[in-house]
Amino acid sequence: MEAVGERGNLARVGHILLVLSGKGGVGKSTVSTELALALRHAGKKVGILDVDLCGPSIPQMLKVQGKGVHQCDSGWVPVFVDQDKSISLMSIGFLLEKPDDAVVWRGPKKNALIKQFISDVTWGDLDFLIVDTPPGTSDEHISTVESLRPYKPLGAVLVTTPQAVSIGDVRRELMFCKKTGLRVIGIVENMSGFVCPHCLECTNLFSKGGGEELARHAGVPFLGCVPLDPQLTQSLEEGRDFIQEFPKSSAFPALAHIAQQILDRTF
Amino acid sequence: MAEGPGAAPPPHGCPGTSSAQAGRAAACQGCPSQGLCAAGGPAASDPAIEEIKEKMKIVKHKILVLSGKGGVGKSTFSAHLAHGLAKDETKQIALLDIDICGPSIPKIMGIEGEQVHQSGSGWSPVYVEENLCVMSVGFLLSGPDDAVIWRGPKKNGMIKQFLRDVDWGEIDYLIVDTPPGTSDEHLSIVQYLSSSHIDGAVIITTPQEISLQDVRKEINFCHKVKLPIIGVVENMSGFVCPKCKIESQIFPPTTGGAEKMCQNLNISLLGKVPLDPQIGNCDQGQCFFSEIPESPATSSYRNIIQRIQEYCALHHSQEKLSNQGME
Repeated sequence: MEAVGERGNLARVGHILLVLSGKGGVGKSTVSTELALALRHAGKKVGILDVDLCGPSIPQMLKVQGKGVHQCDSGWVPVFVDQDKSISLMSIGFLLEKPDDAVVWRGPKKNALIKQFISDVTWGDLDFLIVDTPPGTSDEHISTVESLRPYKPLGAVLVTTPQAVSIGDVRRELMFCKKTGLRVIGIVENMSGFVCPHCLECTNLFSKGGGEELARHAGVPFLGCVPLDPQLTQSLEEGRDFIQEFPKSSAFPALAHIAQQILDRTF
Repeated sequence: MAEGPGAAPPPHGCPGTSSAQAGRAAACQGCPSQGLCAAGGPAASDPAIEEIKEKMKIVKHKILVLSGKGGVGKSTFSAHLAHGLAKDETKQIALLDIDICGPSIPKIMGIEGEQVHQSGSGWSPVYVEENLCVMSVGFLLSGPDDAVIWRGPKKNGMIKQFLRDVDWGEIDYLIVDTPPGTSDEHLSIVQYLSSSHIDGAVIITTPQEISLQDVRKEINFCHKVKLPIIGVVENMSGFVCPKCKIESQIFPPTTGGAEKMCQNLNISLLGKVPLDPQIGNCDQGQCFFSEIPESPATSSYRNIIQRIQEYCALHHSQEKLSNQGME
């Protein structure tokens, strides 16, 4: 046995980042997945912890749905996404009997599982652990931040879409970070603009610029705009490695740039 | 659920977490979740349920707007369902926002910053029109940066107050907008309304599988708590470029979209609403029935609302008949 010490299963995890948003469906899981793929591309070992218990999306996005989690002496073994074992994932999706089973749980039960996810998963050596969260500022978030506090997370990446309704929810999430003492690494604006593949006209489906303005207003870094890109949505549906396969697509430079900024911050 | 405490399989005869017997039934003895289940929800003996039943007697129809997935358009749909129903000036419409951590309704309805007033008969909701009133936790916050960092029990208490302590008055349609998921808020609204009849749920989705997989969970939730499903609305289905008029699938229906899912699960598809940038930008109180009456999205909305009205009318008369039969 290697020395696990006080940090237990997280002893050999380099940096922990949380992906948050007050709003649902803005691309938290997309950003978590693509960030993991981009960091892997840069030669890093990455773990993803999916604490969205009612709507886990990451297993589908990494094409590992239906895989099982095994138990060993020191805890749960996460699911490895590739042969090199460079990305590992833990999600409630692996614990469900049937994929469409609803997890109809109130707070206390969700909190108990999150605590277990944080203490009992045998991540081993990781450069980054990315924690993907559900929307809101409630049980899952409070429990995750409280349980991770001893491990001093690097901070949170906040994801928003450009329109006012989404920005409003993300402002509340910023307040959550402030109140819980979680550092904000920066804001990502997702779904900003769609370039028609036929005529190259760019339409701002959900308006534009809200994320950058919010970052300026809140005095936190703006990490970039990710455009709506059908190649990206398609890759996520099919669980393909977008970073590897579509370096020429419109969303690629934005995602690569976000990953680079996180790498720059850690070395 | 597979191995590991906290994720242990439910014991044989488990009454279910939403049952009044949760944590108390004979089968719960020795189950690792017993304590959690027993402490989890409002007990069925909660006197509020009876009080809410009294209050809801003068609310004719109750519709929940649900989706397992966030950001698919629940609040936009709820708001426009309310606007659409309120077109009939003889009807009173109420819109209740139980998304406690991310209340979007005040902004979408253009009444952000309004306050709720207390009167002898309870909290007065905020009126958008004479026959359309709104209640949301957004009206109780001190500012737009104010976050509601609450765990389940506090959220449940708020929902109870919204149902019991708001001076709703006589209402034809109460529309309840919910947060994504299948957790505290959802269990609470169904439990608190358990003695008052709920017409059913409208489920919102987008076309891609990532969204549908969460929505199927929500449908299972409805079956579990015996909530009738009025139907499914597919939002953001296809986008017609305003310049070249060619349609693109931004959120591709790789597994057949809502249509296929509805066929497989034998529930009705109420309609598909295309992505219209004018809707995405309509988030500061504009109503697109009057702003963009010609948009295909608007006409699709009109059809869906009509189908919901028909459903409610039909079920209302059926219920009346069966009540008469019992007497």
